[in-house]
Amino acid sequence: MWIEVTQLFINGLLLGSILALGAVGATMIFGVLRFAHFAHGDLMTMGAYFALLVVVSLNLPVMVALPVAMLMTAGLAVGIDQVVYRRIRRVQPVILLISSFATALILRAVVQMIWGSSNQVYATGIQMPWRIGPLAIKPDHILIFCAAAVLVIAVHLFLSRTRMGKAMRAMSDNMNLALITGIPADRVIMWTWAIGGALAAAAGVFLGMDTRLHPVMGWTLLLPVFAATIVGGIGRPYGAIFGGLLIGCAMELSTLIIPGAYKPAVAFAIMILTLIFRPQGIIKGAL
Amino acid sequence: MSLLTAQGIYAGYGEADILQGINLTVGANEIVVIVGPNGAGKSTAMKAVFGLVPIRQGRIEYVGEDITNQPPERMVARGIAYVPQEANVFPSLSVLENLELGAYAIAGDITPRLEKVYEIFPRLKERRQQQAGVMSGGERQMVAMGRALMIEPRLLMLDEPTAGLSPRLIDETFERIREINALGIGVLMVEQNARQALAIADRGYVLASGRNRHEDTGAGLLADPEVAKMFLGG
Repeated sequence: MWIEVTQLFINGLLLGSILALGAVGATMIFGVLRFAHFAHGDLMTMGAYFALLVVVSLNLPVMVALPVAMLMTAGLAVGIDQVVYRRIRRVQPVILLISSFATALILRAVVQMIWGSSNQVYATGIQMPWRIGPLAIKPDHILIFCAAAVLVIAVHLFLSRTRMGKAMRAMSDNMNLALITGIPADRVIMWTWAIGGALAAAAGVFLGMDTRLHPVMGWTLLLPVFAATIVGGIGRPYGAIFGGLLIGCAMELSTLIIPGAYKPAVAFAIMILTLIFRPQGIIKGAL
Repeated sequence: MSLLTAQGIYAGYGEADILQGINLTVGANEIVVIVGPNGAGKSTAMKAVFGLVPIRQGRIEYVGEDITNQPPERMVARGIAYVPQEANVFPSLSVLENLELGAYAIAGDITPRLEKVYEIFPRLKERRQQQAGVMSGGERQMVAMGRALMIEPRLLMLDEPTAGLSPRLIDETFERIREINALGIGVLMVEQNARQALAIADRGYVLASGRNRHEDTGAGLLADPEVAKMFLGG
């Protein structure tokens, strides 16, 4: 029993760090732009396929392709914002939300057109898990977890040490005051998309390494990503990291008592409970 | 030359103009106070000057240059700082971060500026790691003013800086405003505590229904029996 719990906990941390990377970007976009970005899951998908492009065409290991995919997705996110969202920013947020839904469908269709709709992997062959006592841990899992941790620390340093990071937090705190203070909103928004896109790409690549690539891989993760942002308090990046890990672990551990097919429902249930009982997020203070 | 001149300002949010031909001037190194009943357009006048409410008619000059309807970013770059009445700090950021963001537009080392602000508000230095959102109203007001001072403005605009403060803190705030003014910074403020504000003011304006009603030195307005009766509560 305890071995199983520990194993699921490890899987949960892995899924959780993937969710956390998606959620940090989604929550920052919400904080700065005040809308739920429904295409965030598909940015993750795009990132995963960009990495596949690099892996296949240049024959490089996926971890080398990762930064390239992050840069490409950051550029894509900024581009989408300039072409689509920027024009409708001044209207109601619900219009932005619906356009992001359309963007999600377009991105998914593009992935299907270019790479097809069948499953793909970065590396063929089976990776033998390491046996640590009774536990099975794949080397890829350690790699993903470490890379995710590095990215989370990088985001933390960016938000707490750099001028742009502080400006981003300020805009998400009090948009009007940021304007009055002379913070250039357009530049902050561009950086938010770039970072959100890059982190989404990393989440997508890690998901692809852990499982496989398919055109709806990101979309199916959107709900748990949103759940993580809500649990952590919408607009709060540190909360989103915590929320991601919590939702990831809850989803994996739930398979002890209910069938695995209900994993997304667990995320949904936690999200609804949070919204009912602690809509400001479950951790105290303004992290 | 005067620091700020607003002439015949018509401005408002929707269809109707809240301001119906306001005139204001702030001389270099002056404290100018705007008083008047609720709904007179005092806050709107401040926002219109700072580019936050569209001006439909009239002209605003800052040291002789036209700044009518320019965005707040440009105002800050020119050395005009504005402290709104409410929500005037970044609550989840530390005091230090609030101050640092005040100097966002400033390239280079901001330490000397920080030290100056700490000199005026020593309490902020003690509490620099504190999250601004959990501080008391008086402390938040210090953070807000400190943030505005980080650009080393020539004109500081304050919207009801003493609103909601205890009598002791109100006295202290007015004292700080005088100190700031003594550094050579012009101050334009809207105040509900009209008597106290006029007492430290070089000049004052009484606005009513979006128009200038009275204009005199601070002492002059305080001594005017009509102003006292109509606007200062007898």
